Amino acid sequence: MCLAIPGKIIEIIESDDFLQEALVDFGGIRKNICIAWIDATEGDYVLAHAGMAISVIDEQEAELTRQALIAVGDLEQ
Amino acid sequence: MNTITCPIPVQEREHIQLAHGGGGKLTQELIETIFYPAFKNDILEQEHDSAQIAMPGGRIAFTTDSFVVDPVFFPGGDIGELAVNGTVNDLLCSGAVPQYISVGFIIEEGFAINDLKKIVQSIADAARKANVKIVTGDTKVIERIHGNQIYINTSGIGSIPESVALSPKNVKHGDSVIVTGRIGEHGICVLSTRNSLGFETDIKSDTRSLNEIVRNLLKDIPQTRVLRDPTRGGLSSTLNEIAHTAGAGIEINEEALPISKGVESACELLGLDPLYIANEGILLVFVPGEYEKQALEIIRNSEHGADAMPIGKVIPDPAHRVYLQSAFGGKRVVEVLSGEQLPRIC
Amino acid sequence: MNQKEIYRDANYGKQLVTAIRKITTRPWKIMDTCGGQTHAIARYRIEEMLPPEISLIHGPGCPVCVTPADTIDTAIELALNNKNVIISTFGDMMRVPGSKYDLLTAKSLGADIRIIYSPLDALKTAMENPSREVILFAIGFETTAPVHAQVVYESSKRKIRNLSLLTSLFAVPPVLEHLFALPDFSVDGLLAAGHVCSITGLSDYHRLSRNYQIPISVTGFEPVDILYGIYTNIRQLEEADYSVCNAYSRMVPEEGNPKARLVLDEIFEPSVQNWRGLGSLPASGFKIKEKYKSFDTLKRYSIKNKCLIKDDGCIAGEIMKGIAKPVNCPHFGKACRPESPLGAAMVSSEGVCAAYYKYK
Repeated sequence: MCLAIPGKIIEIIESDDFLQEALVDFGGIRKNICIAWIDATEGDYVLAHAGMAISVIDEQEAELTRQALIAVGDLEQ
Repeated sequence: MNTITCPIPVQEREHIQLAHGGGGKLTQELIETIFYPAFKNDILEQEHDSAQIAMPGGRIAFTTDSFVVDPVFFPGGDIGELAVNGTVNDLLCSGAVPQYISVGFIIEEGFAINDLKKIVQSIADAARKANVKIVTGDTKVIERIHGNQIYINTSGIGSIPESVALSPKNVKHGDSVIVTGRIGEHGICVLSTRNSLGFETDIKSDTRSLNEIVRNLLKDIPQTRVLRDPTRGGLSSTLNEIAHTAGAGIEINEEALPISKGVESACELLGLDPLYIANEGILLVFVPGEYEKQALEIIRNSEHGADAMPIGKVIPDPAHRVYLQSAFGGKRVVEVLSGEQLPRIC
Repeated sequence: MNQKEIYRDANYGKQLVTAIRKITTRPWKIMDTCGGQTHAIARYRIEEMLPPEISLIHGPGCPVCVTPADTIDTAIELALNNKNVIISTFGDMMRVPGSKYDLLTAKSLGADIRIIYSPLDALKTAMENPSREVILFAIGFETTAPVHAQVVYESSKRKIRNLSLLTSLFAVPPVLEHLFALPDFSVDGLLAAGHVCSITGLSDYHRLSRNYQIPISVTGFEPVDILYGIYTNIRQLEEADYSVCNAYSRMVPEEGNPKARLVLDEIFEPSVQNWRGLGSLPASGFKIKEKYKSFDTLKRYSIKNKCLIKDDGCIAGEIMKGIAKPVNCPHFGKACRPESPLGAAMVSSEGVCAAYYKYK
């Protein structure tokens, strides 16, 4: 359920007509995604679902998980 | 007193009308001002009801295909180019030298004549590139349904050299499977133009004729088992068809599949599987395992073959299925698509 | 290595599998609650990598599959009987059978049905077609429900009158609670759906884990994410640690997304919801609040809920409860196939039966 994929904000789109949108790069393709629910700026990685950015990727947590994965591997060495 | 005069009928038309397909003056006008100048060749100029062609002895390949792509103009090509390349590639897959093509148009009334001119020009250009002649054709006009749509049927014939014996029945265990270019480009390009589902991308349709790859390959490796262009239904459908006819299994390696980052990302965004996305300018090539290296070199050195990759092997399998070895470790069955692949959100 | 590469890296996968083997001392049943996870588990053959003690159960994880047939019938009737109606919905819904047709068939019979990527596109369609009536067939769990809510909120603000929502929206914790309380429920650990949690936050899951003594791992969708979720879940099980482990913390903050929940609460209120295969469960769905009733398709067209239509021979309910597997169904792969499904779990590519069939 709930297909969501990460992408990088490359441009905040100025508009007072519609919800705040940003142009998000998903690895070689770009699409306008609404960012009304998150505090994010150019360069941030966001998780997009059905046209909405639902969270900003937490780089610090990503690093912690990566270290946890490495630690799991080290246990087996 | 006012004199009553009949208004002079409009002479210059910008859009196709039903009468353009009626066989009368407007039909003649289309033929003389648009079709003949673009397709000009000795056979067409015979102006018979049917093209008369001197045929060499031996086997003839004969194929037909209809093209209904929407939009008719897309990044990297248009419906006209697609209609020629598709039929040329079908002829090439039977090992034939493509020679003559027929073009049948079904056009909605209201279609812009300038757009028709562009399409006709790209048909002529594609035919020239593929070294085939447009020798006969037809035009019908139908009432407006969607607006701005045109459908094209092309049939083609070519002669098959005596040395060629391509058939999926020849496929044997241990044969190598090569794909001649990146997968999914055409389908994803067309999808990117869709309103809601659309996205910005540099991906272009891969529509092109593959004469050089086939010519070079069959010249140096007459042992080539089978050639197939994985168009609608993508790689999975074509591989399954071959496995079924050959009575063998096929195992492909996910990591080896040539796929651009853009196509991969678009598939992830819309929840699609690239194995089921349409291609227009690549071939699946089956050669005996020992010819893999040589075949790859020939393909990569031919026009449109630079991205060729060996993607798998033919294996014994009583179920005649296609398997995908994933980069992550597991191996799964690649089923034939049960209907059109739809974007998903859940 | 970028994020995506890490979470698809076979080495991390192998290390996790080895670690799982090492810490597993007895049989455990683990349930995922997300079609995306079911799909990835089948696609990457994760079940085959695990030690034989571990079995994976696929819970109610696909809003398409649990959408009742009569809601689909309503969408089809509205589209076929009213030429002015445009139905906007996700591609997943197109092939799900109602009691007679699916939406694809309705489209072929002349209904104007448009596949969207985002519910916000339905709002654009309504603005571009002021003389037409746009019906957003709004399906989803808590991840998608607030996007639908945002559409209503924006439409109300802009005084758009030609758009309404036919809702089939589900809340995950109530159905989990229903399953946990079943006398024959025998699942030991739970993988929570990461993307749902990125909206809802984890408070409900803490409560469930505590009350029902079941460890919950908030889990992502890449194969390494799933193995990591399974690993943390088994570690908890082996240590009898009945709490929530956030194994997807890069995407899921503890508090979820407050702004999304704000708009969700503004537009919707909890309501009884009918789950295809499971039946009617209290407070397990969302309905449009009275204040926004002009955006409710059922009210706008005075449609009454019909009685339930039972799926013919489909055992999806038992599968979601963890009592049966798709292969236990006598129709699986025979009378019930993706091109002629008996139940919705075979239709949506996220459906557990379709995933089993495709990747068998």
